[in-house]
Amino acid sequence: MSSNKKYWQSVEELNENSSVIDTLRNNEFVEEIPTTDFLADGTLSSSSTTRRDFLKYVGFTTAAATLASCEGPVHKSIPYVIQPESIIPGVADYYATTMFDGFDFANLLVKSREGRPIKIENNKEIGANFHANARVHASILSLYDNMRMKSPKIGTKNVSWSDVDSKLKMSLAEAKSSNKQVVILTGTIASPSTEKLIADFITKNPNSKHVTYDAVSESEAVDAFETVYGERGLVNYDFSKATQVLISIGADFLGDWQGGGFDYGYSKIRVPHQGKMTKHFQFESNMTLSGAAADKRVPMNSYNQTQALLKIYNMVTGNSFPTVLSKECDAIVANAAQQLKAAGSNGLLVCGIQNKNAQLLVIAINQVIASNALLTAGTRYIRKGSDAQVAQLVKDMNAGNVHTLIMSGVNPVYTLANSNGFVTGLTKVKTSVAFSLKEDETAELVTIIAPVPHYLESWDDNVLLKGTYALTQPLIRPLFNTKQFQEVLMSLNGTVGSYYDYVKANATAILAGISWNKVLHDGVITMSNQTLSGGTVDYLGAASLLSKVQPLKDYELNLYTKTGLGDGQQAGNPWLQEFPDPITRVSWDNYITIAAVDAKKLGFVNEIVANGGLDGSLANLVVNGVQLNNVPVIIQPGQALGTIGLALGYGRKAALKEEMQVGINAYSFYNNFNSVQSLKITKADGNHEFACVQGQKTLMGRGDIVKETKLTIFNTADAKEWNKQPMVSLDHEEVEAVKVDLWESFDRSVGHHFNLSIDLNACTGCGACVIACHAENNVPVVGKTEIRRSRDMHWLRIDRYYSSEDTFEGDNEKKENFDGLFGDKGSLGGFGDMEVPAENPQVVFQPVMCQHCNHAPCETVCPVAATSHSRQGQNHMAYNRCVGTRYCANNCPYKVRRFNWFLYNKNSEFDYFMNDDLGRMVINPDVNVRSRGVMEKCSMCIQMTQKTILDAKREGRYTKDGEFQTACSNACTSGAMIFGDVNDKEAVVTKLSESKRMYHLLEHVGTKPNVFYHVKVRNT
Amino acid sequence: MKNVGNHYSITRKSIGSLFAMLFLVCSAFAQTDVAPPPLKAAASSTDAAAVASTSGDAVKGKELFNANCAACHKLDAKMTGPMLRGVSAKHDKEWLYKWIHNSSAFIKSGDADAVKLWEEYKPSVMTAFPQLSTVDIDNIIAYTDTPKDVAPPLPPGGASVVASGGTADNSATNNLVLGALVLVMGILLVMLYLVNNVLSKVAKINGIEAPEVKKIDYLNIPRAFVKNQFLLVVTAIFFLLASAYFVYGFLMQIGIDQDYAPIQPIHYSHRIHAGSNKIDCKYCHSSARVSKHSGIPSLNVCMNCHKIIAEVSDTTATPEYSKQFYDAQIKKLYKAVGWDVTTQKYTGKTQPVKWVRIHNLPDFVYFNHAQHVTVAKIECQKCHGPVQTYEIQKQFAPLTMGWCINCHRETEVKMEGNAYYDKIHSELSKKYGVDKLTAAQMGGLECGKCHY
Repeated sequence: MSSNKKYWQSVEELNENSSVIDTLRNNEFVEEIPTTDFLADGTLSSSSTTRRDFLKYVGFTTAAATLASCEGPVHKSIPYVIQPESIIPGVADYYATTMFDGFDFANLLVKSREGRPIKIENNKEIGANFHANARVHASILSLYDNMRMKSPKIGTKNVSWSDVDSKLKMSLAEAKSSNKQVVILTGTIASPSTEKLIADFITKNPNSKHVTYDAVSESEAVDAFETVYGERGLVNYDFSKATQVLISIGADFLGDWQGGGFDYGYSKIRVPHQGKMTKHFQFESNMTLSGAAADKRVPMNSYNQTQALLKIYNMVTGNSFPTVLSKECDAIVANAAQQLKAAGSNGLLVCGIQNKNAQLLVIAINQVIASNALLTAGTRYIRKGSDAQVAQLVKDMNAGNVHTLIMSGVNPVYTLANSNGFVTGLTKVKTSVAFSLKEDETAELVTIIAPVPHYLESWDDNVLLKGTYALTQPLIRPLFNTKQFQEVLMSLNGTVGSYYDYVKANATAILAGISWNKVLHDGVITMSNQTLSGGTVDYLGAASLLSKVQPLKDYELNLYTKTGLGDGQQAGNPWLQEFPDPITRVSWDNYITIAAVDAKKLGFVNEIVANGGLDGSLANLVVNGVQLNNVPVIIQPGQALGTIGLALGYGRKAALKEEMQVGINAYSFYNNFNSVQSLKITKADGNHEFACVQGQKTLMGRGDIVKETKLTIFNTADAKEWNKQPMVSLDHEEVEAVKVDLWESFDRSVGHHFNLSIDLNACTGCGACVIACHAENNVPVVGKTEIRRSRDMHWLRIDRYYSSEDTFEGDNEKKENFDGLFGDKGSLGGFGDMEVPAENPQVVFQPVMCQHCNHAPCETVCPVAATSHSRQGQNHMAYNRCVGTRYCANNCPYKVRRFNWFLYNKNSEFDYFMNDDLGRMVINPDVNVRSRGVMEKCSMCIQMTQKTILDAKREGRYTKDGEFQTACSNACTSGAMIFGDVNDKEAVVTKLSESKRMYHLLEHVGTKPNVFYHVKVRNT
Repeated sequence: MKNVGNHYSITRKSIGSLFAMLFLVCSAFAQTDVAPPPLKAAASSTDAAAVASTSGDAVKGKELFNANCAACHKLDAKMTGPMLRGVSAKHDKEWLYKWIHNSSAFIKSGDADAVKLWEEYKPSVMTAFPQLSTVDIDNIIAYTDTPKDVAPPLPPGGASVVASGGTADNSATNNLVLGALVLVMGILLVMLYLVNNVLSKVAKINGIEAPEVKKIDYLNIPRAFVKNQFLLVVTAIFFLLASAYFVYGFLMQIGIDQDYAPIQPIHYSHRIHAGSNKIDCKYCHSSARVSKHSGIPSLNVCMNCHKIIAEVSDTTATPEYSKQFYDAQIKKLYKAVGWDVTTQKYTGKTQPVKWVRIHNLPDFVYFNHAQHVTVAKIECQKCHGPVQTYEIQKQFAPLTMGWCINCHRETEVKMEGNAYYDKIHSELSKKYGVDKLTAAQMGGLECGKCHY
């Protein structure tokens, strides 16, 4: 029986008289194929080449090309005319140096091959306190940035350095005669030689002054420090001494708070040792790395943070300033304060509130409890900027009082909130000079542009920490016609010689007997251990001033810096742009983060669309009259109600490749250098397409991926309870999954057997390993659109999981207690609920790379045996054998294999760093650059393990523990990643593999991985 | 994998032998023009002929010169010190005695000539030779006074003559054997024909009627062949397989550059350096000990010796390459490194030499020289061939993966005296029940050991 149902494709079809439908029915292609575009000019029809001739030509050229391709190309080898003694082709050299760019700082060891630096490592000498973060690891690529300025310019004309010198000298003389100001505007300077040069300059030019400012200011904390200890600096807290209680109020000390670099000490107190670990309270508004690591995280806005600080001050010191806190928060804060007081010298309180009084109270509290972490700390000189001075400078400039402005290492046009004021002021300055790596926003507007060398091309000395002295030495001759700021200062001062001579001459006085060569070799030297004792001011006055702080009326904007881009100096660095934010897992963007409740109120949504990409709503923001439109929105679990987070460092346009010009410039909201601002927010039309590598979903109680337990359970219960072994049924009996095996195992007891240990307790999610892996293994950058298609190439990813209940434990319990399909405990709705992260979830980071399974699922499905197993425990990948079926990636339970969808090198479609000769200088010559259509994955840095073995063989000895490293384990300073040979019974990794906390990822699959994890223990 | 290389040589051999059979008839007995015997080696030195015009003995003088002076002086060229031929014409004997016995004291004494000479060559100071008697010095002067004569025409290199003679002999014997065989075959054929003739004659005489031999229609064979489907199919399959085999063989040799011997910007002879002068390979290719690259020596390494050696000796030249040719190559080196021969100083103007790379391993292969040279103690010649005999360097090995793997399978690892191997050796030899372990048993066949 026929049906008279009418099937329709669009509503239009139901309208019988629609002309559209008729047209479409008769003509499938509504738009004509544009043949006329290329046939219209008639050249084709008038051509004398017939179709047959054309085919002949095609045939001939194809044949000729084929024949020609049979002949191998001729390669030239050009040896040195006179080979430098220290360089042996094929052997890497390492040089110690120090990096400080005004924001990031680290003691480094730089690997150099055939005279070109290719990799940043941490300096492991004693006294090298500052380790490289993700940005420092990536800074090597900024050296080979093709967008760097290549020659000095006056106006738009390339000039020579002598022209710059004479022009500057003339300008200085003019300023002197007209009795106007000369201002040197720099970022924080930690170099004694540079300071001396500037002091000389000021003596020679009495009408000049030096203004220091930091793009991301710590001015309030520096002011507080100066009030107490009498010099401009910051406390270099020793977190490893806070063994009992750690309270952080709005301080992301695992991020960039007061410069960062505290994760080394922090991870020491966060791994349970003899049943003890520090209890970490975190009171904050944005979800930060520190908050993710905390035992107890309380989201609260900055007003409440101030109240919490006051309350703790009250309780520790016995004062009674009035505080306003919700009942729930009040109890938690009181509890934290009590524990801090009880911990005494083993406690520590840190605070990120941008208020001098708050910072004074922090010192007061730590002094009262006699915190070892404060008292044994030194002074770090990495932030000295003064907000007041730079505000005064803009005023002076606009008043026409500044004749000559010399800027070095700063980009005020981009970083100042009052950028417009600065720009108009700049027009009134007669001569302005910008010493800069790139022709950035400021350099575009000045009269003289002076390119400076990268820190890997420069000499300098640094006192990052009081009592230490570190040298910066060049690894490569300057690539472009650049000159250090200091050298120009020297010629202005009339000092003869090179800056190297100057630094060396100064060093003799500072080093007092320690040889220059030793410092140069070690990179850093500790001359005296400084401590912070004494110092007191009127803390009560500060507290009473602080208690008068009023809450904000509108939404509260919290500006922060991202792990990837920091203050934005390296916005042109594709590694950092592609680095996914550890919390949101979004790359190539900045955005506002907002709590789910607020998002619902304002109508913001995040959704995963058909291609797997994340889309988000757009918002219009107004702060203090400044409006930014169409800012993308991410709904952030754990964001404090009424607060909104936004990252600085994005939205740059000048001297950046088009792909790198992403995000919006949040510095325009950074009024008075205060990271907390009152914000008005409205929904805008449209959607934003994010490049997000992981959804904002939860772990769903999958206890076999991340295992987590409480310290109390960990201390009392048997390991089987908190580190459950998966069970399977064998012959109708429950047995441990690891005991059942389909395959016969290889004998791995002979020779080396490499294992990698990852401690989830120590991992802070900092991402240094991701960038180190990028650099070591020539991992390509694929760009925003490709990332959105889930085609990221990172060999090592750091997964971030949220809990759906308040804790992961809660998730597990909820899952266990599901009963039936429907109802309160029904699994049908229950699993749906569990996908949604809690308002204040627990967060865990898990670095995942190829697990190098002993029973690897990828190996069994490869039709061409391109991936195979080695006796040393590494899963090999022979790229030249791979035909790109991608079966292996499908069969990998860990999803760690990466496919080269395109040719990422020498391809103008992917113009990141492998497309120009300069960018390719960073490529590691020991690792293959993969081509299109090939699968790739973590090799457990086989080039490094093989090198270690070869060195041992050559020296006729067995390998030592600690010698074996991978790029990630080398970059990990928190001790979360330990690599080694488990056949060496004495090795650290062997001990770790026998730990009760040890487990494998997805153990029940039976893959027997060579990477193992440690159960995360939280002190709750 | 099938070894296709052999396949080629078999065809070549078979075709070759066919031609040889034909060729033999004409040439087997023409092998009379044996290569001329090697010419007598260079006539005993011309020095002997030189008449001792002065009071000294030039022959003794030559010995003394070589022992004491040759490190810094040459007869006809400036080196560290001045050229010495005809030195007696420049200075009188007394002057020379003083100078040779203790030049620095002589300079200090303020002799004008001595000071002038010192100014010219400073900072080099001539070693004092108090041990040389005046007679000795006379002898040396006698040697330096021998007139320069034109180098005698060079004899052809003995070695190459012997080699070519050897090949000739060899092929001659081969041809002889083949010739004999063909002869025997011919005789047999003739005999067969004769016997047949005799038998048919005998039959005729006896009146026996031989049965009429059925005439074969030769034209019908292909027709029958075409009609026979089975044969056709079999032949087609055979031809298809055969051509596939050849095509595969052809394709597999693409990209294998065995015997690749490109023309280099400087004609550098390994025969002279590693062969005649027995310089250790690793003297120049020193990074082979520690690095993955063997390294092309930088030019300052060349100058370690060539600062002194500005020209080759007469005996170095071969019929193919004359002394002038080799000297020109050294000139090229000087130009590249910026060495001025007359002033014996570096000018600072350098032109790096663009050598043509011979061994081109693909990028996806990791090969480390140090592993093979220092650890495994493998002779360079194992992979690079008898380099000491190569006038022009070429690629000796095919550098295919099969070639690498084969060696890894066969080569026993030298473990003695290397503490690294102690533990692994005892464990592995227990496991495999052998005393000697091959590289393969050590894990040398795993993909990731060479591909990463």
